[in-house]
Amino acid sequence: MSGHDSKYFSTTKKGEIPELKEELNSQYKDKRKDAVKKVIAAMTVGKDVSSLFTDVVNCMQTENLELKKLVYLYLINYAKSQPDLAILAVNTFVKDSQDPNPLIRALAVRTMGCIRVDKITEYLCDPLQRCLKDDDPYVRKTAAICVAKLFDINAELVEDRGFLESLKDLISDNNPMVVANAVAALAEIQENSTRPIFEITSHTLSKLLTALNECTEWGQVFILDALSRYKAADPREAENIVERVTPRLQHANCAVVLSAVKMILQQMELIASTDVVRNLCKKMAPPLVTLLSAEPEIQYVALRNINLIVQRRPTILAHEIKVFFCKYNDPIYVKMEKLEIMIKLASDRNIDQVLLEFKEYATEVDVDFVRKAVRAIGRCAIKLERAAERCISVLLELIKIKVNYVVQEAIIVIKDIFRRYPNTYESIIATLCESLDTLDEPEAKASMIWIIGEYAERIDNADELLESFLESFPEEPAQVQLQLLTATVKLFLKKPTEGPQQMIQVVLNNATVETDNPDLRDRAYIYWRLLSTDPEAAKDVVLAEKPVISDDSNQLDPSLLDELLANIATLSSVYHKPPDAFVTRVKTTASKTEDDDYPDGSEAGYSDTSAQPADGGASPPTTSSGVPYAAARQPAPAPTSTAPAASVPDLLGDLIGLDSSAIVPVDEPAAPGPTLPVVLPAATGQGLQISAQLTRRDGQIFYSMLLENNSQVALDGFMIQFNKNSFGLAAAGPLQVPPLQPGTSTRTLLPMVSFQNMSTGPTSSLLQVAVKNNQQPVWYFNDKISLHIFFAEDGRMERGNFLETWRSLPDSNEIANDFPGIVVNGVEATLDRLAASNMFFIAKRKHANQDVFYFSAKMPRGIPFLIELTTIVGTPGLKCAIKTPDPDMAPLFFEALGTLLNA
Amino acid sequence: MPVAASAIYFLNLRGDVLINRLYRDDVGGNMVDAFRTHIMQTKELGTCPVRQIGGCSFFYMRISNVYIVIVVSGNANVACAFKFVVEAVALFKSYFGGAFDEDAIRNNFVLIYELLDEIMDFGYPQNLSPEILKLYITQEGVRSPFSSKPSDRPVPNATLQVTGAVGWRREGLVYKKNEVFLDIVESVNLLMSSKGSVLRCDVTGKLLMKCFLSGMPDLKLGLNDKIGLEKESQLKSRPTKSGKTIELDDVTFHQCVNLTRFNSEKTVSFVPPDGEFELMKYRITEGVNLPFRVLPTIKELGRTRMEVNVKVKSVFGAKMFALGVVIKIPVPKQTAKTNFQVTSGRAKYNASIDCLVWKIRKFPGQTEPTLSAEVELISTMAEKKSWTRPPIQMEFQVPMFTASGLRVRFLKVCILILLVCHAPLSKSPSSNDFHLQVWEKSGYNTVEWVRYITKAGSYEIRC
Repeated sequence: MSGHDSKYFSTTKKGEIPELKEELNSQYKDKRKDAVKKVIAAMTVGKDVSSLFTDVVNCMQTENLELKKLVYLYLINYAKSQPDLAILAVNTFVKDSQDPNPLIRALAVRTMGCIRVDKITEYLCDPLQRCLKDDDPYVRKTAAICVAKLFDINAELVEDRGFLESLKDLISDNNPMVVANAVAALAEIQENSTRPIFEITSHTLSKLLTALNECTEWGQVFILDALSRYKAADPREAENIVERVTPRLQHANCAVVLSAVKMILQQMELIASTDVVRNLCKKMAPPLVTLLSAEPEIQYVALRNINLIVQRRPTILAHEIKVFFCKYNDPIYVKMEKLEIMIKLASDRNIDQVLLEFKEYATEVDVDFVRKAVRAIGRCAIKLERAAERCISVLLELIKIKVNYVVQEAIIVIKDIFRRYPNTYESIIATLCESLDTLDEPEAKASMIWIIGEYAERIDNADELLESFLESFPEEPAQVQLQLLTATVKLFLKKPTEGPQQMIQVVLNNATVETDNPDLRDRAYIYWRLLSTDPEAAKDVVLAEKPVISDDSNQLDPSLLDELLANIATLSSVYHKPPDAFVTRVKTTASKTEDDDYPDGSEAGYSDTSAQPADGGASPPTTSSGVPYAAARQPAPAPTSTAPAASVPDLLGDLIGLDSSAIVPVDEPAAPGPTLPVVLPAATGQGLQISAQLTRRDGQIFYSMLLENNSQVALDGFMIQFNKNSFGLAAAGPLQVPPLQPGTSTRTLLPMVSFQNMSTGPTSSLLQVAVKNNQQPVWYFNDKISLHIFFAEDGRMERGNFLETWRSLPDSNEIANDFPGIVVNGVEATLDRLAASNMFFIAKRKHANQDVFYFSAKMPRGIPFLIELTTIVGTPGLKCAIKTPDPDMAPLFFEALGTLLNA
Repeated sequence: MPVAASAIYFLNLRGDVLINRLYRDDVGGNMVDAFRTHIMQTKELGTCPVRQIGGCSFFYMRISNVYIVIVVSGNANVACAFKFVVEAVALFKSYFGGAFDEDAIRNNFVLIYELLDEIMDFGYPQNLSPEILKLYITQEGVRSPFSSKPSDRPVPNATLQVTGAVGWRREGLVYKKNEVFLDIVESVNLLMSSKGSVLRCDVTGKLLMKCFLSGMPDLKLGLNDKIGLEKESQLKSRPTKSGKTIELDDVTFHQCVNLTRFNSEKTVSFVPPDGEFELMKYRITEGVNLPFRVLPTIKELGRTRMEVNVKVKSVFGAKMFALGVVIKIPVPKQTAKTNFQVTSGRAKYNASIDCLVWKIRKFPGQTEPTLSAEVELISTMAEKKSWTRPPIQMEFQVPMFTASGLRVRFLKVCILILLVCHAPLSKSPSSNDFHLQVWEKSGYNTVEWVRYITKAGSYEIRC
């Protein structure tokens, strides 16, 4: 029963377009239909067939439903590029929307909603109004969704024409599918609006819960998702809701199950009775486990969600750990997630079984998985005190296999175990030392050196061992050098004999004179001074007791967890990030202001560097590594080495003061300037805080930056890099920042170039910046490009010219936006402010009681912006309409305007 | 937000777009390029099915030689999106008659466009059941149920059925012979340690049903599961008949099953779709009857020789037999030569999967054939790492056997015929034009066929 449509792809003769044109105008129906199919085939493979617009639209009036659908499909794709011709189709659409055949009525409305051309939108209103009240439920359910489409194009129109009320009426429709679609549409409109539109009352709630029984599976998802926002008034109501939702757990559709789980978990927060809660937990377990027999992709989604669920309600799956055992043929992403959950569910009761599994995984082929399995053993040891010994013995067995990366990973986790349980398991050090010369990864080496230093007094040949590393000191990575330095000092303090004495001199010499790394140099100086002034104090500092580390497998912050649980089944729950961390949508009725800038946007975007979006921002990396997928290895030195230093701040403060004055004589005074928004907070930047903003001065764009060093070390070698962006903004030269001493700050103006090497894709205001220095890892943060920095000084237009340009641009290029919160108080001040941003005042007129102002502005490459502002002076609310040849810029323009007027 | 997709792309393995549909304006038409450069052409492919690139998120699945990619910009419902893809593929398969691959897409692109338009609107999945869609989306396209032309099979109320409460069955079906076929298909998943202890074991079962029934029958299914039986005996206040009962860990049902009723009365009652469908799925972990036990002994004799002995024991009834048994015993990559002795079936060394493959076409119950093999290895320099042994894997089918012990006790067909007849118009022009009569028809005979089969899911024995 397979078709043979592939023949339509094979027309590659010369003059294809004229030939198609001729066929489209053929008098024979079949020939016309074949021609349309060929056009669609060409469209599918990416050829531009927009020139056939009129000819295709001419085929629209047909009895043949299939042909009609094809023409409609063509329209959806090309109407935007031919807005004036698209109007030709309107008549047929309107006619079709009154066709006796409900399929055609629905088709017309559905398609019109997909054509985002303003003129068509106007004509859509009447048919839509009719279809919302159609006799046929199929038409009504299509119309319901169409309201959401229209809202996306023109929110104002939807509110003005009362579509929202009609949509709300549909919630009481007698057809369940209509109800479901109406709910979906309303929920979406609510999400994009700041006004309360779709409020769920207990009345709608019970109505919708009833509809749930009769809906299609998808309809159930829409309704459950919408209802999960409902807050029950009291435990009783919550219990009632849960009771009616629980049967959904038995549904074959995984989306229904997850949405039901979401809803139940939300309501459970209110239920006080432990019996009821326990019972619910029992009911939720089997359906969650069943999700793991679905397709691997669905399993992955389920596992990411289960990860969240067990953090809140560990009892649900406490007895089901076996189902998370990895199958040999599971895809790697499923295995990794299962492992993570196994660690979370590991307990004294099941640890033996779990360890056997981990051990098995540690002998598999995939290196990343093996490493994670080894780390998992370590994490269990840290989490479960009573099992630590067994974990260690498994690790030792693994070390004996002598697979290089297993050994290295094991040593890294054993270091963590030593920190967690000091003076308990040193007996195994001898075994560890056997693998000493196979270590080649910095982290493993550093861990081993830390162990040697920490237990120097119990290792007879500790000095020999360290000495073997010292030979290659200058070539080692910074992480290892720092650790070697500290370990040698520890050794010397513990065994102040001749050998270590010599070693310490070599090390200190190496680390102060022969290195360029200021972090290493400073630490060496501190040790040096400590040792030479007061060795006892040095002992107190270097050999101080360390704070106990804890297991990080329950890493999410409770409030973040709450938010993620409210988003079960969605992307947010898969990424483990709140929605606003990755969704960059502007609400239609609210203008975005400066404060909306999320300060820690460092993890959004940057696909090139953050290979795992799923875990980017949620979990701060810690020593025992909650970092999933070994890819994100921690570059900073282990906190063990810095912890003792931090415990005696006074002494160190003095020392640093001495030091810094010796090295850098003059501290450059920070130039005063306007306050800049913080783009990299000190908390994220390990003490480095960066505030920055794009500005325009004398026709040149600058990146105005303020760098503050709140860390303990001097920072130098600053460099900056901008990711490809929509405006091709990039640094015109290197970042010129002097070395920053602790506690100081500096300002700089970085000249920028624009429109070079622009990124493709939709125009976005996102500016991704990376800043690095010699001491810290690379910092990434996001900034916003405000469009007005591009407005050129020569953007003033003559009135005549303005009017002419306004007329020459088609109406579809006119885009309007409302700023309900903005008040224009002084006309002069506003005009001045806009003029300062190169938006030039052209004219003013009165319209009713409103003032209408006209401005012009110009982007580089000669793109003009014609701006019309309508407002009543002194009252909130401003309407802005712009006309420009490049309407894609409009949202960015409104964003910039909002910022300017709000400031 | 339950939106599942802003755009959907079907790509071939080279990354060419076979067909695509944009449902929303919030993702650019060229986003698929980002997918190609950041996922398809990198090692990323296959490492994670959900990825963020720039401001958009991509979900992808590979089905035969086609990548199906969904692009969204907001916080979409991922579960919904993947399930939609799975169901859509099932729908396409049902239209194309089986295969879903690059060629099938090219050969049916008009139909796929039409279906894509119908099954999702503005990113919201709509009705995807093939049964209903086939009413008005036909291969020929010309046969619209509403066209004025008389067509061979008029469907008076397709739109009502798309949206109706029984959205999966059309009305007015008539069969001369009413037949119901019921297949119970179980897959046993096993993970056994080398010492023979069961690490993980479960059965996932499916009840596949094929119905050819007239009218709108209401079916009731009875199984030998514990809860259902208890409830039944409670209701009828008489003790349950003796016999083996089993405990189902979890059950999920096709959308035709009334879940509320199942929850309160524990009966599985439903109006089935016409033709073939999956009525329910279940999972059992307790009391699983494993059809096979595998006892491997693998000895490494020095660096170049290995001795493999595998005994497979069938533990089902002696009168039954398993079909298509395949046992894959892994051997190291550097295998040079193998020598076999088998007491049943045939074995050979397959170098492409590094396994000894032992096939037994017909495997009777209560027998225990063995394989013993000598494997010679090439000695290599890189021998520091000992061989990591993948598990032994097994495939089989055992007809008339259920690993769970599940049995169908009864399948009742209660037929309620809704008879719709036109009332004389002259009589009461103002009242309804339809007069409804409901009665239970007695002479409704059905033939029921029940088959059982147990297959291997992932049946793994570590060695």
